[in-house]
Amino acid sequence: MKLSGAEIIVKSLQEEGVEAIFGYPGGAVLQIYDALYDSSLKHYLVRHEQGAAHAADGYARATGKPGVCIATSGPGATNLVTGIATAYMDSVPIIAFTGQVACDLLGKDSFQEADITGITLPITKHNYLVKDVKDLARTIKEAFHIATTGRPGPVLIDIPKDVSIKKTKFDYPAAVHLRGYKPTVEGNKGQINNAARLIGEAKRPVIYAGGGVVTSGASEELFRLAELTLSPVTTTLLGIGSFPETHPLSLGMLGMHGTKAANYAVSECDLLIAVGARFDDRVTGKIDEFAPHAKIIHIDVDPAEIGKNVRVDVPIVGDVKRVLAELNNKLQQHLPTDWQDRIARLKQENPLCYEENGSLKPQFIIEQIYEVTKGEATIVTEVGQNQMWAAQYYKFTKPRTFISSGGLGTMGYGLPAAIGAKVGRPDSVVIDIAGDGSIQMNIQELATAVHYNIPVIVAILNNNYLGMVRQWQEIFYDRRYSYTEITGPDFVKLAAAYGAVGIRVTKPEEVKPALKKAIKARRPVLIDFVVEREENVFPMVPPGGAIHKMLGG
Amino acid sequence: MRHILAVLVENNPGVLTRVAGLFSRRGYNIDSLTVGRTENPQISRMTIVVEGDDLVLEQVTKQLHKLIDVIKINDITSEEYVDRELVLIKVGADPSVRGEIMQIVDIFRARIVDIGRRTLIIECTGDEGKINAVIESLKPFGIKELVRTGKVAMLRGHKFTSINESREDD
Repeated sequence: MKLSGAEIIVKSLQEEGVEAIFGYPGGAVLQIYDALYDSSLKHYLVRHEQGAAHAADGYARATGKPGVCIATSGPGATNLVTGIATAYMDSVPIIAFTGQVACDLLGKDSFQEADITGITLPITKHNYLVKDVKDLARTIKEAFHIATTGRPGPVLIDIPKDVSIKKTKFDYPAAVHLRGYKPTVEGNKGQINNAARLIGEAKRPVIYAGGGVVTSGASEELFRLAELTLSPVTTTLLGIGSFPETHPLSLGMLGMHGTKAANYAVSECDLLIAVGARFDDRVTGKIDEFAPHAKIIHIDVDPAEIGKNVRVDVPIVGDVKRVLAELNNKLQQHLPTDWQDRIARLKQENPLCYEENGSLKPQFIIEQIYEVTKGEATIVTEVGQNQMWAAQYYKFTKPRTFISSGGLGTMGYGLPAAIGAKVGRPDSVVIDIAGDGSIQMNIQELATAVHYNIPVIVAILNNNYLGMVRQWQEIFYDRRYSYTEITGPDFVKLAAAYGAVGIRVTKPEEVKPALKKAIKARRPVLIDFVVEREENVFPMVPPGGAIHKMLGG
Repeated sequence: MRHILAVLVENNPGVLTRVAGLFSRRGYNIDSLTVGRTENPQISRMTIVVEGDDLVLEQVTKQLHKLIDVIKINDITSEEYVDRELVLIKVGADPSVRGEIMQIVDIFRARIVDIGRRTLIIECTGDEGKINAVIESLKPFGIKELVRTGKVAMLRGHKFTSINESREDD
């Protein structure tokens, strides 16, 4: 029996085990939506295509499964771009389907035509324009394979309208044959031995864990490595949750807004074990003064990350989980030394702190969220101060419970990503920690949450400023607050207008009851926390500075 | 230092854009890039001449490998290889100077492939030095138009850049 391209897409998604799709219909995808109409796939209609891409991303980060989004040609496709770039920077597997004008109209500036494969070339792991329906099933198979293996990333498939209509025999391939794509999974044995030797010789080791640990599901192996070697563990923003922050060896996050303990420990260490991390400038600060006394072991699945920003003593290309398991097998149990005492002292002498003056502090709210959810919630963030406070003051103990746009730093990410995360993990309390700036970038997705009753909680830390930019203006631009004071709507009324629950909190003692009420509501809730306006995120490494020279805190 | 990369790619639409886009967005300098089909019609071969130190070349190679359509990369610079360019030169050639030009053409073992009333088109192949030399020699006669292909290169002897005979592996 012959199937249309649209039917092939639906069947292929079912073959891949896809359960949820986030999308927005339009002219060029009418045929695909017609096939979705009576399929078993659950489609969530967002209110803006950017929301679809972020929701697919949040779904992928929360579940570890690829996220799927769909948009029509032209503006539908271009609206996905920020979401695709966000996923690309953070190595998140999403498959984006876009409609395209029919093949005979391609290249003629046709109505709603945009060269989306050209536009997304630098922000996808790979992309396809499918011009023959016979190639469609194979392309989808390849797309899922590419998106989810090696270093994951977004793949876009552009489908001209006539391709979705034309019919062919459906045969979903069992295997993928890509001679130019064979990710290295097993680490080089010689290099793993070298790493084990360096670890054996090290007196002051530090583990620097990134998003790769979460992606590869290597938390247990990382935990074992830390306990075997008694190495303190610091994580990047995306590595949060890969190692329990309640553990004595946890240093918390490092880098620009990292803990002092983490930044000092990295600056003092004689061996840095980088695991699934990429030496981003927000982590390293001034690169010449980053871990200046350390030999470096770098484990990553992407060979291009090794040697990109720093010189490495032992490079190991491979899947983090497998490499760590093999490495752990070669290690002996280390005994405590002065180094663990030093770490304990660094942590004790440099706790995260803020001034408690009776006013409503954003840091306090995060601490309360941690207490009320007992550290069991899935925390999604927007971007800016809210994101950094969430990273600093919530104690994450499990992977995939902290979801945030790290590499691209996309304001407006949080709410749609929270919706995606909740769809993927309906059993988990999902809280979007937001600022009053970021939330207004994709506030329309509140309608999506209400429509499908996806009970996400949005906690707005409302200071009527674009807080992080204001903080930089305060510190580096002599308090010249150029266009960072921002007004918002009455968020409580806005929530009501959307059909969500709105709560306003202005006093510290109201925080816990509001959170409890929000969790009980089992409906989308928006809490407007009216916080101290000019609170800053500290510690802070000035841009381009060495990470052991921090301001504040 | 200049490196010559022999790159085998899937002969898919857009593959040249992917490679060229990678070089421009990562800030690598291409001296020349040539591309054409190989003995296998599904595979094209690019010869890319790129300027950079060893660290840059390592990144270029690794980033190129990340492109799904890139099958194999050889940096053949450190090996024994043959490289050639082809140039077409339209040179001003009044009857009075044609003899002189033909002598130069003979010396370089080049060929005259077109004769106009006042011009000649000269075709010459060779390595970069020879091509530069022939251009210099013809300059005094007035070069009206010039086009050169960029480098193609191949390893000497029994070493290969091909997916079937992977004696010279990447």
